[in-house]
Amino acid sequence: MSPRAAWRLESLGFAEVYDYVGSKMEWIGDGLPFEGTLSHQPRLSSLADATVPTCTLDEPVSAVCARLDGWELALVTAPSEPVVVGLVRAEALGLEDSRTIAEVMQEGPSTYRPHVSAEEMSANLERSPAPWVVVTTLAGRLVGVARPEAIHAAAGTGGG
Amino acid sequence: MPTEIDRHEVQRLVGAGAQLVDVMPRAEWDESHIVGAVHVPLTKLADLASERLDKGRSVIVYCYDSL
Repeated sequence: MSPRAAWRLESLGFAEVYDYVGSKMEWIGDGLPFEGTLSHQPRLSSLADATVPTCTLDEPVSAVCARLDGWELALVTAPSEPVVVGLVRAEALGLEDSRTIAEVMQEGPSTYRPHVSAEEMSANLERSPAPWVVVTTLAGRLVGVARPEAIHAAAGTGGG
Repeated sequence: MPTEIDRHEVQRLVGAGAQLVDVMPRAEWDESHIVGAVHVPLTKLADLASERLDKGRSVIVYCYDSL
């Protein structure tokens, strides 16, 4: 629809016209601000905790284990961008472990977009329970981790 | 010929004074639209564009998704 609008505006005399190809779904999916009736619903963007520990593929397990700071997981990101490529559970890590993260991580964890509403995610968790929800942008960049308890509370459901 | 841009360029151009235009129908606009956008539905573009937009400034249009 936007390409047609762009062409039409040019025909109407607008000299400098751009077409935002990603459009509204990309914008909202990346957690950027929007208005309207749907904007008042609590979403994963506001429930995700960005302080979740991260690490890279070549790091020693022992080093990552030492900085978990009570978290039950760490997310594995690409070396130059915070794009999520894997996940490691704290229970799989040990301070004496000499392996690298690449050897112990879970490949391609499920991720959800920031615009998903708490209500929608709560229903999803009722069907498929999970200990945490990894939130990333459409491009895979880490936003944070949301807890099921927080999601159910924001949705006004009991969970479980 | 309109130029296709990504969201980084949208943010840059809006910061420089570009007008952001949502061309979706009223119901979709009411549900959600980008903060700061102007609503000019595609079906009423010819009637409303000159009234709601400034021809002297650049214009960025968007719709629902990339399809």
